[in-house]
Amino acid sequence: MRGAIKPARHGAQAWRVGLQVLLAAVIGGLIYGAFINAADNLARTHISSGFGFWNNSAGFDISQTLIPYSPGISTFGRAFWVGLLNTLFVAALGIVLATLLGFTIGIARLSRNWLVARLAGFYVELIRNIPLLLQLLFWYNAVLKSLPELRDSIVLPMGGFLNNRGLFLPRPVFAPGFSAVIAALLVGIGAAIVLQVWARRRRKRSGAPTPVGRWIAALLVGLPLAALALAGFPVAFELPQMSRFNVVGGLEILPEFAALVVALSVYTAAFIAEVVRAGILAVAAGQTEAAQALGLRSGTTLRLIVVPQAVRVMVPPLTSQYLNLTKNSSLAVAIGYPDLVQVFAGSVLNITGQAVEVIAITMAVYLTISLFTSLVMNLYGRMTAIVER
Amino acid sequence: MAVIADTPVLYVRTAPAEQLLPPPASSGLIGWLRANLFSSFGNTVLTLACAALILWAVPPLLRFLFIDAVWSGSDREVCLASSAHLEPGACWAFVRVWLSYFVYGFYPIPGRWRVDVFFAALAFGIGWLAWLSAPRRDLGAVYFFIVLPVLSVVLLYGFPAIGLPTVPTNLWGGVLVTIVVATVGIVASLPIGILLALGRRSELPAVRWLAIGFIEFVRGVPLITVLFMASVMLPLFVPQRLEPDKLLRALIGVAVFASAYTAEVVRGGLAAVPRGQYEAARALALTYWPTMGLVILPQALRVTLPNIVNTFIGLFKDTTLVFVVGIFDFLRTIEAARGDPKWATPVTATTGYAFAALFYFIFCYGMSRYARSVEARLSRSDRR
Repeated sequence: MRGAIKPARHGAQAWRVGLQVLLAAVIGGLIYGAFINAADNLARTHISSGFGFWNNSAGFDISQTLIPYSPGISTFGRAFWVGLLNTLFVAALGIVLATLLGFTIGIARLSRNWLVARLAGFYVELIRNIPLLLQLLFWYNAVLKSLPELRDSIVLPMGGFLNNRGLFLPRPVFAPGFSAVIAALLVGIGAAIVLQVWARRRRKRSGAPTPVGRWIAALLVGLPLAALALAGFPVAFELPQMSRFNVVGGLEILPEFAALVVALSVYTAAFIAEVVRAGILAVAAGQTEAAQALGLRSGTTLRLIVVPQAVRVMVPPLTSQYLNLTKNSSLAVAIGYPDLVQVFAGSVLNITGQAVEVIAITMAVYLTISLFTSLVMNLYGRMTAIVER
Repeated sequence: MAVIADTPVLYVRTAPAEQLLPPPASSGLIGWLRANLFSSFGNTVLTLACAALILWAVPPLLRFLFIDAVWSGSDREVCLASSAHLEPGACWAFVRVWLSYFVYGFYPIPGRWRVDVFFAALAFGIGWLAWLSAPRRDLGAVYFFIVLPVLSVVLLYGFPAIGLPTVPTNLWGGVLVTIVVATVGIVASLPIGILLALGRRSELPAVRWLAIGFIEFVRGVPLITVLFMASVMLPLFVPQRLEPDKLLRALIGVAVFASAYTAEVVRGGLAAVPRGQYEAARALALTYWPTMGLVILPQALRVTLPNIVNTFIGLFKDTTLVFVVGIFDFLRTIEAARGDPKWATPVTATTGYAFAALFYFIFCYGMSRYARSVEARLSRSDRR
C-alpha cells in the first residue's frame, strides 16, 4: 500500500528531507540530553558505569540453579546465566504443557458434545478474563502455600513428599551405562524418521496404504527399553529423606517454580485453545465435504486434510503465544522464582545499582528471543505460502 | 372394465393422513439429549466424565463462596474453624472491612468524593464513546481525550487555588490506581499509537524506521522490564529537579507499552482500508493529513474498534504489573490487606483473590462482550 500516496505538490521533496532531518535532530537531541543527565546523575551518586561488574563476584544466593553456582564465588555473569536458564526452563516446560492443554480445550470447544463444548468455553472465558498475575498469586499463596507443613507432609507413593516448601521426588542417578540407553533412543528416533519418510514416499508413488505407526512406536519405546534391560538398568533413585527441619536429597521442585509453570500453562492454554479453534474453523467446510465425498473416514480426513491446512493458519499466532508465555515468565519476580528478571533486574540491580546496564542486558535478552522467533516465523511463512497456480 | 370402475377403490385415501409426531427419540428434550450428549459410546463417556467433573467441583465451590461463607464480623475469629463452623468458607467479612481501602487506598477520607466524581466523569465519557449511536461522538472524543485528563488531574491530584488540597500520589491506591493506570494507558496510547501506525506506513524512511524500531523494541520485551526501565532509568535521564514521582513513572511505562500494541492494531485497520479509498482521496487533491484524517482513519478505526477494545482488555489486566514497581493498585492492596494479622486465617488469601478475580472478570468480560457486539454490528453493515 505504501507508495499509494504521492506528494500532491511538486517541490515537496525539500520539505520531506527537511522533516526527516528535523525528526532525527529532535530524537538525537533527546538522546544526547538523556545521556548528559545520566552521566551527571551517576557521577553525583557515585555509581560506576560500564560492564565491569560482570566479572565481580555476586554475594547472593539463588534458590534454583541449573548450573553450578555458589554465592560469594560465582560472578554476576554466572548469575545472569543461571537466571536466563531458569527463564528458558520454565518457558519450555510451560510451552509443552500449555500446548497439550490448549489443543485439548480448543478441540473440545468444537466438540459436538454440548457439555464438553460448554465446559471448554467456560474455561476459556474464565481464564482469559482474569489477570495472569492474580492467577499466579492464587496458585502460589492460596494453593501451594496452604499445603501441609513439613512435619505433616503428604507422603506420595514411591517415596516422594509434598508440603508447603515444595515437591520432593526421588532423583534418578544415572550410572555410566545409561549413555547406551540415550544412544538407543537417538537411533530409534532416526530409524523412525527414515521409516516415516519411506512410507510416505511409497504411498505417494504407489498409493498403497503403508501403515508404519506400530513400527515407529516400537522403535521409539522398545529400543530404549531393550537397551535399558541389556545394560542392567543403570539407573538408581536417590530418595528424599525427611529430617526434622527440612528434606534432604532427592529432586526438589520449588513451589515458586510449580506455581509459575501451572499459572503460565493454564493461562496460555486458554489463548492457545482460541488459536486452535480459529485454525480449525479456518479450513473451509468444502474441504471436509470433498474428503468425505472421496470416501475418507473422519479420522483420516482430520489427519490428512484438515490438520495440515489448519496448522499453516495456526503456527504464526501459536508462536506469538509462545513468545507471550516466555515474556510473561518474567512475572516470576512477583513470587520470587529466580528467573532472569528476578535475579538480574532484581538482585544484581540492587547490589550494583547500575540500572542502565542491567536493564539494557535484560531487555536485550528478551529482544533477541523475540526477533529471532519472528525471523524464523517469516521464513516459515515464506516456505508455507500457498503457491497460486 | 366396468366392474372395476363400479367398485369403490378402497385403497386410495380420500383425505390426507393425520400427521404423525416425530419419533420421541429424535425430537424434543430426549432427541436433543441424544444428539448432543449421548450420540455415541465415546460421547456418552465424555458426557458422564464432564458431569462428574462438574459435580466434583461446583458444590464445594458454592459451599465455600456462599453457604459456608462469613458475611460480617470485625476480626479473624469469625472466619476461623470452630465447633459451630467446621469448614470455614470465604471470609467476606474481611473484604467488607477493607473495602474502602481496596477502592481508594489511603486517599484522605474527606476528599474521597473527588474520586467518586472522577469515576462518574470517566463512566460518562466511556459511555459516550462506546455507545455507537450516541449524539455528537466527536464532542465525546474531545471530552475523553482532552477535557477528562485535565479534569482528572485537577480532581485527583488537587488544585489548591480552587480549594482542592493536593493529594500526593503515594496516598492513591486500590481500584482508583488501577482505573487511572488503565485510563492513562488508553488515552495516551490511542493518539500515539495512531501516529506510530501512520509512521510505520510512511514513505519517509527516517520516520518509518523510527516507528518500526520503537514498536518492535517495545513489543519484544516484557512489560515488567519496561516498568523497571521507567522506574529506575527514567530518573537518571532527566535533571534531578524534574524527577517524576513513582506513579507518573509507571504511567509513562504503561503508556509507552500500550502505544506499541495499539500501533499494531491500528496498522491492521489501515491495511483493511481498500486502496481505492487512497486513490479517491488523491483524485480529490487531498494532501496527506486530510487524506488520513478525513478518509482513511475514520474507516480504519471503525473496523479496528473491536481490536482496540481487546488491546484495552489486555492493558487492563496488565495494570496489575505496576505491583512490581511498588504502586498500590487494586491487586496490591489486596495483597497488603491479606497480610493484616487481625485477619490472618487460612481462607483470607483465597477470599481476597476471589474478590479480585470477580472484579477483573466483570470488567474484562464486559469489554469483550462489547467488542463482540461491535464486531457483529460491523459485519452486519458489511453484508448489506
